[in-house]
Amino acid sequence: MTVPDSYRGYRGKALETLKSFDAMVWSDVEITTDAGSFTGIVLPRSETADPLHIVLKLRSGYNIGVAAESVRAIAVNGRKEAHYKIPEKAFPFDPAKPRVKLLGTGGTIASRLDYRTGAVIPAFSPGELYGSVPELADICNLETEKLYGVFSENMGPEQWIGTAQAIGREIAKGVQGIVIGHGTDTMHHTAAILSFMVQNSPVPIVMVGSQRSSDRPSSDAALNLMHSVKTAAESDIAEVMVCMFGPTSDQYGLLHRGTRVRKMHSSYRSTFRTIGDIPIAMVSREKITPLRQDYKRRRKDQDVVINTAFEEKVSIVYYYPNMKPDIIDSLIDNNYRGIIIAGTGLGHVNKPLYPALKRAHEKNIAVYMTVQTLWGYVQMYVYDTGRDMMELGVVPSANMLPEVAYMKLGWALGQTDDLVKVRQIMMTPVAGEITEREPSNGYLVFQGGIPEVEEFISRYRR
Amino acid sequence: MTFKPFSEMTDSDYAAIGFKSGLEIHQQLLTEKKLFCRCPAGLYSDSFNAEILRHMRPTLSELGEYDGTALMEFKTKKEIIYQINHSTVCTYEMDDTPPFELNDQALDIALEIGLLYGCNMVDEIHIARKQYLDGSIPTGFQRTTIVGVQGSIPYKDRKITIVQLGLEEDACREVSDVEHRRVYLTDRLGMPLIETVTAPDMRTPQEVAEVGDILRKLVRSTGKVRTGPGAARQDVNVSITGGTRVEIKGVPRIPNIPLLTYNEAMRQFNLLRLRDELHQRDITMDTFESRAEEVTKLLRKTHYMPVKNAIAEGMMAQCVLLKGFKGLLRWETQTDTYFSREISDRVRVIACLTTLPNIIHSDSPSETLASSEWRVLKKALSATEDDTLVLVWGNTIDATSGASEIAVRAKEATLGVPSETRQALRDGTNGFERILPGPDRMYPDTDLPPRRITREHLKDISAKVPRPFYENIRWYNELGIPNDVKDPLSISPYSALFESAVKRWNVQPTLASVALIQFPKRIARALGRCVTFPAHSMKELLLALKDHTLTREGILPALREIASGREFTRDSLPPLCSEEEFVEALNKSLSVISRTKIRRPEKKSEVLMGLIMNDLRGRIEGHVVATRIASISAEVRP
Repeated sequence: MTVPDSYRGYRGKALETLKSFDAMVWSDVEITTDAGSFTGIVLPRSETADPLHIVLKLRSGYNIGVAAESVRAIAVNGRKEAHYKIPEKAFPFDPAKPRVKLLGTGGTIASRLDYRTGAVIPAFSPGELYGSVPELADICNLETEKLYGVFSENMGPEQWIGTAQAIGREIAKGVQGIVIGHGTDTMHHTAAILSFMVQNSPVPIVMVGSQRSSDRPSSDAALNLMHSVKTAAESDIAEVMVCMFGPTSDQYGLLHRGTRVRKMHSSYRSTFRTIGDIPIAMVSREKITPLRQDYKRRRKDQDVVINTAFEEKVSIVYYYPNMKPDIIDSLIDNNYRGIIIAGTGLGHVNKPLYPALKRAHEKNIAVYMTVQTLWGYVQMYVYDTGRDMMELGVVPSANMLPEVAYMKLGWALGQTDDLVKVRQIMMTPVAGEITEREPSNGYLVFQGGIPEVEEFISRYRR
Repeated sequence: MTFKPFSEMTDSDYAAIGFKSGLEIHQQLLTEKKLFCRCPAGLYSDSFNAEILRHMRPTLSELGEYDGTALMEFKTKKEIIYQINHSTVCTYEMDDTPPFELNDQALDIALEIGLLYGCNMVDEIHIARKQYLDGSIPTGFQRTTIVGVQGSIPYKDRKITIVQLGLEEDACREVSDVEHRRVYLTDRLGMPLIETVTAPDMRTPQEVAEVGDILRKLVRSTGKVRTGPGAARQDVNVSITGGTRVEIKGVPRIPNIPLLTYNEAMRQFNLLRLRDELHQRDITMDTFESRAEEVTKLLRKTHYMPVKNAIAEGMMAQCVLLKGFKGLLRWETQTDTYFSREISDRVRVIACLTTLPNIIHSDSPSETLASSEWRVLKKALSATEDDTLVLVWGNTIDATSGASEIAVRAKEATLGVPSETRQALRDGTNGFERILPGPDRMYPDTDLPPRRITREHLKDISAKVPRPFYENIRWYNELGIPNDVKDPLSISPYSALFESAVKRWNVQPTLASVALIQFPKRIARALGRCVTFPAHSMKELLLALKDHTLTREGILPALREIASGREFTRDSLPPLCSEEEFVEALNKSLSVISRTKIRRPEKKSEVLMGLIMNDLRGRIEGHVVATRIASISAEVRP
């Protein structure tokens, strides 16, 4: 049974009750229950909520739920439907400012929830963005295009390829920088694949999102957006980057290389970290401060190379002690062509897995080893187990992050079936996914509680 | 017409101006943990381990509008610093972790209090976000929910309506607010509190205080709310006929309420008179005129120190002309407080010019600029004798924003009383805090699902609800309970125990009340510290009184035992003294007396009594001993 819009979200007893009194959503009502009465507006109900309660917005602005079974009467005294709309203001054009393109894939960077329906209303047109973050007009002439409207966990090969192609188109049109709005959960996955699919970009490609949605006064969305647009418009870093908060304070953002970045906290603002290296630069509303010089520079040409090859039959296996070989066997039996193992320590798995790995090798499946410690290199010579595995065709992939190795293997297998060529692609760094050396400040996970760390934190408001 | 002094105002004077007032009482709940995270509640510390910096940005309302308060706060462009102590604050309060589930203990207390108010209880609670852009909460909103509506309490011969009872998280404590930087301590943030909102049913300042006191006692009678400084804070809404609802925030003590509300009524009364005066002068919203000029150069040689120093530091002076306002900045609004304060407050809050004085004006020219300098300014702004000049100084942005706020507030005077949130000041007056927020700042919280409150659960809670203390008092009056015990007993957690003792166990009411209230208080005073008397020990004590195994004289020693941390049970009592023991004690005491020279023989009985009671205290009733001594004395007396 479909519920008409006039009773949106209601089911069961609650729907029956509302219908029996002709009290549609948005009705201004007085509900009499066996305990007393409530006055307010009937709101739509979230479809996942129970079928037992009617949601009322009281005059004070608070919402409450009234148990349908206790309702004796509903008097309808009027109707007050509300539609939320983000005010639009024309984005000012300034011929002296650079052209920046914002490609939207979804996520909460510039959206707000329509609380009454639970739907997401994206603030996305330049006018809407200008209405919400007018500071953007001080930086550039912004154009926008909505590619997708998906939560980041639903991004997949179709969206990655589409986004890479859109980037190619925009560069060909001569934009001075590209910003990609993206949900944060898998932003580093998309950053990695775009680092491979988009080669030799002449302009900055900046991925951005927010950890607190933009309907909150303390949201990081506006500042992240300003930082990313500034980077796209003004920086000379022509790479795929992730631009998110450095510290949790509203101070500056960090520009992370797309192949070395990872979301490291489920909810912190400063969740993104460059792993095994340092970020490319810091960005504030005032300036961009490079932290290293080995980045690719902005160019005047438009000679970008878009290579959207991708093989979907690749998997990551996160090794745990007592893993049984059937995990690997099932991948083999399901015709997977590539496996990334996130092994323990320097890159190990247990002995019972060996026969399965041998079988994979015989079936021409590419198997690559990464480390679940995230920091550090795979080193399979140190212990015999490592040497045994290499005998079985497992390829150590240096300090590539597991998710990055997954993306790269998909990209490599998309280009060739020849495992020798695949290996060549895998082991030749194209966007910093493998580095030759790890500087000591590439591994700085401060330990809270230590006096000098506490002193640093209290002094610098991190 | 002038406003009578506080002490001379009568009920009919307040009726004549249409005084109306309602209360919003915030009361912290006695829970172990905070409302939406598992940090400990009630731990305060001024020391901190870390600081974070945030800015607040207005967000659109549900109708696509920016809230007035939100925009005002954004205008101020404040840097907000939060001081964080690892032991009292986690990543939730920092707004870096989503909320955990609502604290059940806090919810149950709120439900209990809702039932105590006779509220219509909500079947399914929805958490809302109430926006605060002043930074007092790092998220920019307070998580809050309504648990009941439409309750009431009896007052005089009428009822005071409880509009709603909310359960919400407490905000930060402000440390300082200087220029563009506001600092907060976060320890109090997130503690559960209830907000009781009354209808504007109070008709005089005294009534507001009295109702506040009733509500305070009522919630305390549950024994589940926090006490002590800052545990309960009142916001008072005041309006008079023709005025506007103005909210006075953060009144720390109920006795401060009458003077504060009187002063607010007076302020509204005088602002309405000021409006009438402006209209008399033909100054309305439409005809209001003002202009501002930079006058830094003209004041370069001034001797007035605040301006002199500012200009020396490279700052700017702005002069605002208020057309036809002559004398009006000296218009009295509250006791010894003038309209110029309304303007100065706005400049302080919105332009962040926090060092006072932040304005000077030509209606009070003395001790500021030289009269020749005022003349120069007058000329520069082409002011006539009917106009008022206001001077403000600061860095370019702040001085300019100050100048525009001066005109904004002056123009509002043509309408009467602006809707504002005002802060209670120590001298009983109040000062501007922010524009009163509208209902647009409420949003449902998408981080937490609605929570069902079943009828069965409410039934369980209602079994715990104490009888309203005012009903207790009525009954205590009938029982003849001593006055000093009546009030504290009525809101004591022992009031239910008292009822059992009197009604079920036939313990003498005064004896029970003294044992529960007066003696424990006396012991605590003697020890000079807070003492807990566990309910089960107190119950045993009353049961012992019922069984007559504990004597009146035995109560105090037994309570001392309890105070020292020992558990009290009926079985642990010494047995009552037998006839043999009594005779033995009597003889022993008589022999002592016979060996002692007593200076005043007429006191002999009393001495004897004392000696016997020393031996048998707690094991025999004093009046029994007295009767026996009296009979012996009759025998032994010559």
